[in-house]
Amino acid sequence: MNHAALYRTVRLIRRFEERAIELVHSGQIVGGIHPYIGQEAIAAGVCAALRTDDIITSTHRGHGHVLAKGADPARMLAELAGRSTGLNRGRGGSMHAADFRLGIFGANAIVGANGPITVGAAWAARRAGTDRVAVSFFGDGAVSQGVLLESMNLAALWRVPVLFVCENNGYATTLTVEEAVAGTITGRGAAFGMPSQTVDGMDPVTVLEAATDAVGRARDGGGPTLIECRTYRFDAHHTWEHKARVRYRSDEEVDRGRSRDPVDIQGARLSEVDRSRIDAEIEALLEYAVAFALESAHPDPAGALDYLYATGLRGRSGGGW
Amino acid sequence: MPLLSYQKALNRALSDELARDPAVFVLGEDVRVAVSNVTAGLLAKFGPERVLDTPLSEQAFTSFATGAALSGMRPVIEFQIPSLLFLVFEQIANQAHKFSLMTGGQARVPVTYLVPGSGSRTGWAGQHSDHPYSLMAHVGVKTVVPATPTDAYGLLIAAIRDDDPVVVFAPAGALGVREDVDFAALGPIPLGVGRVHRPGTDLTVVAIGHLVHDALAVAEELSAEASIEVFDPRTVYPLDWEGLAASVAHTGRLVVIDDSNRMCGLGAEILATAAERLELTAPPARVTRPDGAVLPFAVELDRAVQPSRAQLITAIQGVLKDG
Repeated sequence: MNHAALYRTVRLIRRFEERAIELVHSGQIVGGIHPYIGQEAIAAGVCAALRTDDIITSTHRGHGHVLAKGADPARMLAELAGRSTGLNRGRGGSMHAADFRLGIFGANAIVGANGPITVGAAWAARRAGTDRVAVSFFGDGAVSQGVLLESMNLAALWRVPVLFVCENNGYATTLTVEEAVAGTITGRGAAFGMPSQTVDGMDPVTVLEAATDAVGRARDGGGPTLIECRTYRFDAHHTWEHKARVRYRSDEEVDRGRSRDPVDIQGARLSEVDRSRIDAEIEALLEYAVAFALESAHPDPAGALDYLYATGLRGRSGGGW
Repeated sequence: MPLLSYQKALNRALSDELARDPAVFVLGEDVRVAVSNVTAGLLAKFGPERVLDTPLSEQAFTSFATGAALSGMRPVIEFQIPSLLFLVFEQIANQAHKFSLMTGGQARVPVTYLVPGSGSRTGWAGQHSDHPYSLMAHVGVKTVVPATPTDAYGLLIAAIRDDDPVVVFAPAGALGVREDVDFAALGPIPLGVGRVHRPGTDLTVVAIGHLVHDALAVAEELSAEASIEVFDPRTVYPLDWEGLAASVAHTGRLVVIDDSNRMCGLGAEILATAAERLELTAPPARVTRPDGAVLPFAVELDRAVQPSRAQLITAIQGVLKDG
């Protein structure tokens, strides 16, 4: 168990998100973000169980997964700031960050939509003769999406090497999981005959252990697994809440939720010296990332529809002839 | 020369591409036993891993194909019912189509969506009789509607080899068409290139899919009155605007017959473009389904809603009279 590496990942995600929120507030990131703060243990634990050639797909709240899978924080931040040097050349933004060289098949802005994409990607990887596995991250809101449940059925039927990782933070935007989900989340996995368990999503070690089991089973041909990670979102659903002040959680509840902090839980496993050294490294890395992002060129509007077609097809312009 | 049916042409194209490229596989409902006939014999030739029967989970298997394509495969999905495209509009328009741009060119999604039996099949009523090619073209998904067996073969091959998502609509009204062909001459037909089926000098009729055959019959019927050119774009998106302009340049008159609802359909786009760009000697006309049409069940009602030869004749005669 590499405690320092796990700590480094949760701390990197936390500080990345805090720096990104500053840039949202200063207007340098437009459109806002869905902060991952509080849920870092899940991305860190799951991705620590993966190889570079394994595949992940992610959600609107996807920065943590993309960073934990190894994406360059500077190019990630440049993407959020809409710059040409971004992971997606400024074409995707916060909700669509991808790096296919690292198996990051994209964050996805439609809840649950990444499920079947993950299953298809993993099925094809197995057919190609590899033992790559794929992870679909999604939230508790996604378990009410039919397409996700359909994709679980396909994965279980065809024993596809997939992990369905549900990050249950208690809320689909503002709707509580109790108001949205009949039965249980793991019961959905069990219904398709796949091993399903609930784990403490605030502790990266617990998550890593569960993910390691599931990844091993998937690589060995044992099919998919559902892991429900119980977690809590410390910040807003989206940064617009910082201005809108929607009330759906009591202060007491938020305080209680924040009392178990994955950064502290994992940090306690390191010496003060090691922890400080990693913190300093991350500060320097993010200082560089912010400078890199903000000093990078904005994309040329003349290329607004570059990459629309893989074949380079150009349609007619919208502005007359 | 041997006769090739439209349906057999699709089947032959699938078989040839499965044999040529190991990345190609076919998935959909009842494709192993080939309920639609288009996948007949493929299971025996290529096995269940490449001819994949799916549960009735259209949304999941459509995005499953996207995921497989992102991992290097070239899936071909068969949809038994054209209206299923409404169910999977999210997966095609909002997922597969958007990956290339949203990832800044990192990803390509070479999936082919094959709809054998699009449009009215007579008696299949409201939810099985749509022909939604204009909808796909509107969002920018490459869309082809072949009219003949040769074009069906060639355009399906080109669609499978294309690196972007492509929808291939095989109209129910064209599936029975047969054609004398030289099998050795069959080959891919590039997307975005139209075809003049019948040259003429007085008026251009633009028709696509099964309506090409109606247009040809009408052109023949009216041959004593006027010399009518029948132009088939074959691909709805990207449309062969140069081919259309070349035709209208020598006829000066334009009628479009289009099995879409009138509002925002292919006919509307062609007439708008003609108004912007082409020199016409008379106002153009279009024959379409009515605004917002839902196909009613009874045969007389079904026929009343589809574009007809009689309507086309009236439209042509009206344009000829206008100048």
